[in-house]
Amino acid sequence: MSEGRYGEFGGQYVPETLMNAVHELEAAYEHYKNDPAFIEELDRLNREYAGRPSLLYYAEKMTKDLGGPKIYLKREDLNHTGSHKINNVLGQVLLAKKMGKTRVIAETGAGQHGVATATAAALMDMECEIYMGKEDTERQALNVFRMELLGAKVHPVMTGTMTLKDAVNEAMREWSNRVDDTLYVLGSVMGPHPFPMIVRDFQSVIGKEIKQQLLEKEGRLPDAVVACVGGGSNAMGTFYEFIPDKEVKLVGCEAAGLGVDNPKNAATIANGSLGIFHGMKSLFCQNEYGQIAPVYSISAGLDYPGIGPEHANLYATGRAEYVPITDEEAVEAFEYLSRTEGIIPAIESAHAVAYVKKMAKEMTKDQILVCTVSGRGDKDVAAIARYRGVEIYE
Amino acid sequence: MSRISDAFKEKAFIPFVTGGDPDLATTKQILIEMEKAGADIIEVGIPFSDPIAEGPVIQEANERALSAGCTTDKLFDMIKEARETVKVPILFMTYANAVFKYGSERFMERCVDCGIDGLIVPDVPYEEKQEFDGICAAHGIDYISMIAPTSHDRIRMIAKDAKGFVYCVSSMGVTGVRSEITTDVGSMVKLVKEVTDTPVAIGFGISTPEQAAAMAAKSDGAIVGSAIVKLVAKYGKDAPGYVGEYVKSMKDAVRNV
Repeated sequence: MSEGRYGEFGGQYVPETLMNAVHELEAAYEHYKNDPAFIEELDRLNREYAGRPSLLYYAEKMTKDLGGPKIYLKREDLNHTGSHKINNVLGQVLLAKKMGKTRVIAETGAGQHGVATATAAALMDMECEIYMGKEDTERQALNVFRMELLGAKVHPVMTGTMTLKDAVNEAMREWSNRVDDTLYVLGSVMGPHPFPMIVRDFQSVIGKEIKQQLLEKEGRLPDAVVACVGGGSNAMGTFYEFIPDKEVKLVGCEAAGLGVDNPKNAATIANGSLGIFHGMKSLFCQNEYGQIAPVYSISAGLDYPGIGPEHANLYATGRAEYVPITDEEAVEAFEYLSRTEGIIPAIESAHAVAYVKKMAKEMTKDQILVCTVSGRGDKDVAAIARYRGVEIYE
Repeated sequence: MSRISDAFKEKAFIPFVTGGDPDLATTKQILIEMEKAGADIIEVGIPFSDPIAEGPVIQEANERALSAGCTTDKLFDMIKEARETVKVPILFMTYANAVFKYGSERFMERCVDCGIDGLIVPDVPYEEKQEFDGICAAHGIDYISMIAPTSHDRIRMIAKDAKGFVYCVSSMGVTGVRSEITTDVGSMVKLVKEVTDTPVAIGFGISTPEQAAAMAAKSDGAIVGSAIVKLVAKYGKDAPGYVGEYVKSMKDAVRNV
């Protein structure tokens, strides 16, 4: 019987060649997640290497400017390597090490997950190979060199749309070629079971910290938490702890590119339909024949035609809501947060900030809103300059 | 009784081609030539945007077919026309989403209407097969199961439920021509034979008559895809004759091993 279901979503749709590998991973995870030595080691890495807990920062200027709820920013951008991705890779690479693997492979879009994986691999003495769409290697050239500096080999993926989905295809192909010594370190809450569960669990530290930090500061839960969604790992990490707290509104912000009515978008909840792809049953941008759509977003990290199965279920059950944010709105928010708070967010995270600006208008001063800033924006500066017509190249 | 299982009267040769590459008219001619050349069963790929079990050769064929405008509906129509000539069993090979999004029920109805005998879905493992196997059976379509070099203790479980034939994946990784096949396929086939009379055919990596003969000697037949798709890539609309010659050489090699 199929495993890893979230309502009708999820499952384990992978070639037979990979089935024993996903079972092996699941068994190892079920063992180590309860192993005190593993928990202690991961906790130590999180604290002393990644810099956790990340700050929960009261954005006072933004709060005053928007005139609505008290706004807190969960500063995942301050983590080592500059994004939330490190939370997951420290867990997965440590797990790979315990499983006796000597090599990790990963896909990357913006390069954040690739950089984080290369970092953890360097730290834990693992061989590391990263698959990245050719188009993304050009959009994020600096991250390619960063990964190489960390000792990883980066493979530009030339097939299909040459972006994130093609990088996932290629990483899955490579994993099916070599499973004995290799773990595929998936970067989001997607793919076949057990990945959506493992990545969620390792990312859930975000929401756990938010809850604890906010209770200390305000003595209460937030009214809403907001995060950007591509595959959905930082959003799932933010939401998970709050799912049972029905009074907390959960909002995911997806990339609408040039607009949900324009073919150039990546808004899976707005435009997607039920399908089976990349190991999971979930929602995907696709045509009537099930061909996966070439999606677009200014943000390479949200430029993905699907969404993790647990998000699809949170949407289907009405527990979370998902809103589309255009390139233009995200770029404005990128600039807004930079000027207002002196924080340059990743263009991915700027999608969440953009919605906070809208949402704040409909909330009151006695309410509290938490926005996860999933990453820092250094990597995006050249692209934003180009968007504004300034020809800077990295 | 399954037309597919019955096609293994002698060692079988099962050629594969991607539907609609370079166009549907050429695919139709290829199917006709394959049968003339002695193909026992023909496997037709429904092109998919993201074929994760395929190597570069078949990936490119999928892209060519989709760019040329091939759709599942057009492919069904072409198969129906080809059925006026081609009598051997025809299998569809495609990815879960192509069937699921089309609507599994509607997909099977069209398979019956067009004379499709079986379905191979490489991204659906044993644990997820209830997605399609029941509905296939209800329409008399054989849902083909795959075993891989990593399957080990899963082989008996998979083989027990197998319909048509068991597709034994000879090599790790994706489809594509290999100079050598190092997996101990003999042991894999033996495990299948312990639990079922369903025939076993070996695929992935086979391109030469010698390899085909060696694989057929260890099983009930050989499946070849990438080597044929390469001919289609090279000769385009002129490919049917070349594919026919190739299929004949392969069938001759496996017939009497």
